[in-house]
Amino acid sequence: MKIIIAGIGKVGTTLTAQLAADGHDITVIDRKDSRIERVCSQYDVMGLEGNCATAQTLRDAGAAEADLLIAMTDADEVNLLCCVTARQINPGIHTIVRIRDSEYAQQIIEMREVFGLSLIVNPERSAAVEIERLLRFPGFLKRESFAKGRVELVEFRINEDSPLKDITLRNLPSVLHTRVLICAVMRGGSVILPTGDFALQAGDRIYMTAPATALGTLLRDLGVISHKVKRVILGGGGRVSYYLAQLLEREGIQTQIIDNNLERCQDLARQLPTVSVSHGDITIPSVLEREGLSSADAFVALTGMDELNIVMSLYAISQKVPIVITKQGHIDELKDIVSGLSLGSIISPKELCSDIVVRYVRSMRDTTGDTAITVQSVAGGQVEAAEFIITPTAQHQDTPLLELKMKPGILIAAIVHRGALTIANGSSRYLQGDSVIVISTAGKNIQRFNDIFA
Amino acid sequence: MNYKSLSRFISLILWIEAGLMLPALLLSLVFHESGATNAYWQSILIIVLLGGAFFLLSRGERAGDFYEKEGLACAGLSWIIMGLTGALPFFLSGEIPAYIDAFFESVSGFTTTGASILGAVEHMPKSILYWRSFTHWIGGMGVLVFLLALVPRGNKGSGFTLHLLRAESPGPSVGKLVPQIRKTARILYLIYIGLTLLDFAALAIGGLFFHDGAHPTTVFDAFCIAVGTAGTGGFAVINAGLGGYSIFTQLVTTLFMFLFGINFSCYFLILRGDFKSVWKDEELRVFLGISLIAVVVFTVSIVPQYKSSGLALKDAAFTVGSLASTTGYATTDFNLWPNVTRAVVVFLTIMGACAGSTCGGAKVIRLILIVKNLFRNLKQLVRPSRVANVRVNGRVVNEGVLSNLNTYLAAYVFLLFVSYLLVSLDGQDGTTSFTSVLTCFNNVGPGLGQVVGPAGNFGSFSVGAKLVLILDMLIGRLEIFPILALLSRSTWSHS
Repeated sequence: MKIIIAGIGKVGTTLTAQLAADGHDITVIDRKDSRIERVCSQYDVMGLEGNCATAQTLRDAGAAEADLLIAMTDADEVNLLCCVTARQINPGIHTIVRIRDSEYAQQIIEMREVFGLSLIVNPERSAAVEIERLLRFPGFLKRESFAKGRVELVEFRINEDSPLKDITLRNLPSVLHTRVLICAVMRGGSVILPTGDFALQAGDRIYMTAPATALGTLLRDLGVISHKVKRVILGGGGRVSYYLAQLLEREGIQTQIIDNNLERCQDLARQLPTVSVSHGDITIPSVLEREGLSSADAFVALTGMDELNIVMSLYAISQKVPIVITKQGHIDELKDIVSGLSLGSIISPKELCSDIVVRYVRSMRDTTGDTAITVQSVAGGQVEAAEFIITPTAQHQDTPLLELKMKPGILIAAIVHRGALTIANGSSRYLQGDSVIVISTAGKNIQRFNDIFA
Repeated sequence: MNYKSLSRFISLILWIEAGLMLPALLLSLVFHESGATNAYWQSILIIVLLGGAFFLLSRGERAGDFYEKEGLACAGLSWIIMGLTGALPFFLSGEIPAYIDAFFESVSGFTTTGASILGAVEHMPKSILYWRSFTHWIGGMGVLVFLLALVPRGNKGSGFTLHLLRAESPGPSVGKLVPQIRKTARILYLIYIGLTLLDFAALAIGGLFFHDGAHPTTVFDAFCIAVGTAGTGGFAVINAGLGGYSIFTQLVTTLFMFLFGINFSCYFLILRGDFKSVWKDEELRVFLGISLIAVVVFTVSIVPQYKSSGLALKDAAFTVGSLASTTGYATTDFNLWPNVTRAVVVFLTIMGACAGSTCGGAKVIRLILIVKNLFRNLKQLVRPSRVANVRVNGRVVNEGVLSNLNTYLAAYVFLLFVSYLLVSLDGQDGTTSFTSVLTCFNNVGPGLGQVVGPAGNFGSFSVGAKLVLILDMLIGRLEIFPILALLSRSTWSHS
């Protein structure tokens, strides 16, 4: 597919990497020559310097024949103008726009219609939604839902005192009363797809599929004493904080935002009347203490600086705050270092956003229906979980999974048959119309269901 | 330096070279040339094994890092190795007894120079002549570009391959035609193959009808001329050069020499129906304009020597096409022309044709940039406060490109004079030494003077001078930096 990506900042670059790996024809537009040079020498794409909202630049980039335009510049207005101009050149073009200003958030649906946008993404809002989901089931570092919310893929870190420590996977049913499947284990920065003899160790991060209805039981079995989150402190008052505070407000959770910019604090206080907003330098521990950090149920580090977020979270963990969530903007480059820090949950708005866009692109290419309907990347992008609907063209239907010859690094994790979930084992089989969750180590490039077979 | 990736690329290139040698092997069987057949068997075996050795070196965990310096080193090294191994058939068949001469001939072939150490060629086995001409075609577009056309799609970190394209393709700022490098390389090769076949068909069919030359244009001759023209090389398969064929063959070759001197992106635009951009292309206009002036100058100055002005025009156009596109075919010995033409010969040798074609030389676009930059700087000299840009085709040229151009120019002049100094140790006269360096550096073929002119050959140079000229040909084809990068210690460091 021919794709134009306008604006190659953090999200734009991540998207370029993922879509180029999927084999699309990509042209990137940016105002900065240096960025174009960097992206073009790293990925197999063509670069164009210019203002992406002008018809001339878009024409030069091939908008007339392009299938999709993704506008990811840092200005919402430019993104909108870019899409409108592109649609003048090519009315059939699909457009994905990033709109993240909270002032526009109310009118998203109208804008989508008026400007003819295919998809609007808001990385900060997606991050806020994700954090809110985590706060509702404290204990899991990450949660992804599949099959209309019936299956959950959760991330869990094994501590020194965890009941799962030193347990081999074969003996898992003796500890857990729920049928789960451990799909992947991250140990020391690298990902392992474990077999029955694999023994879990303290420090491992495990990724397991479980029925959504059993999450509560699972948490109890895992020895996590879960209590409802009542009070949350948000360090940093950026866009994510704004959206998150709004969501938490709705849930009736008491929220406190601390930011060191007085003007921003005043803005937030105006927009969020029921949220308590404090002005103070969050890098100073006594400021956090004064806000009652040690008695809070959760702390979320949301400043624009990754380093600061890490340090604040480490401090919060040292103060025994039960749930700590850290926002990271450059996670892919520092993945190995950050995962060794036992930081609690890590949220990356740019990865969440690019997952949404990649999912859209994959569904666009496919008219036959045998490509993945949902794709989530976990373990810092090293593992992909994809949901497929079994079409008549899918091979090896009604065959026990044990007898299938699949490519290495691929696993069928769960099968949903007529609404009933089976966590897959060797004797499971899939039939037409079922939803199947496939786990693959990244780079395997599984586009269609039949790609999983060797 | 990423040694493993480098070894992998070199092993692949050697295997491709072995594959490209197979038609020559078949041809030697068809013509019952047993000496050549043995030479090809042995050469292919050696190349495949050498490729295998590099492959073994490349095994194991490979880091994906492949940056500018890897691209440059890969291009430089693979061209030297190709030259060394491409010489094997000449040497093993005994047709060129000294290995240094075979090496010279092979590098001259791959770099599309067409300078030869051979005086007479007609007695040589046809399959050897075929390989000699075919190296032009391989080197014209480049093996790395060929390799890029085969790279699997969506390969992780495949953006690095842009460094390979940049290192091998001629021109000051190499870009892609379409977003994916694999598709760009395929388009370039399809255009290349298409034009070559067109040339071959015209020559082969014309050969059936026109018999006015001393030598008939057989299918074999037509093929060798076509691949030599396509790569803008210049090896001939008969002693008399192109002058020995019919006027029709000479005219077709004139046309195609000009066509292969045009930037291939112009053909891509034509295929997409964008005639306007091609018509407005500054480089193309300047190239055709200068060629036209040169044809007029040549014709006017040589008319007194000719029976008819038509024949004078034919030879003038052929010589301009041959020199500007850096092919180096000759229908006549331009050494016998009046002295005024010599300056034009030297100028055309240096200029070359358009960037992004198969020709050598400095390229017309560099000439345009140098002149425009000169005028811009002169204006700023008079009015220092003036802010001005250099534009080509209406677009502002990046200052980085201009600064690279200055580096290129300085390196060009420096290397040219060092080579001149070294070659003149042989004791040849100044014109011969200088134009032999000039013609090798710009991948043209013939120079001025009796020794290296269209009627002469490079066989009488010493081994040292031949090595200098071999290096010059490689430096010229790869536009200096890939070969210079091989000499830099920082290229080989691990960081």
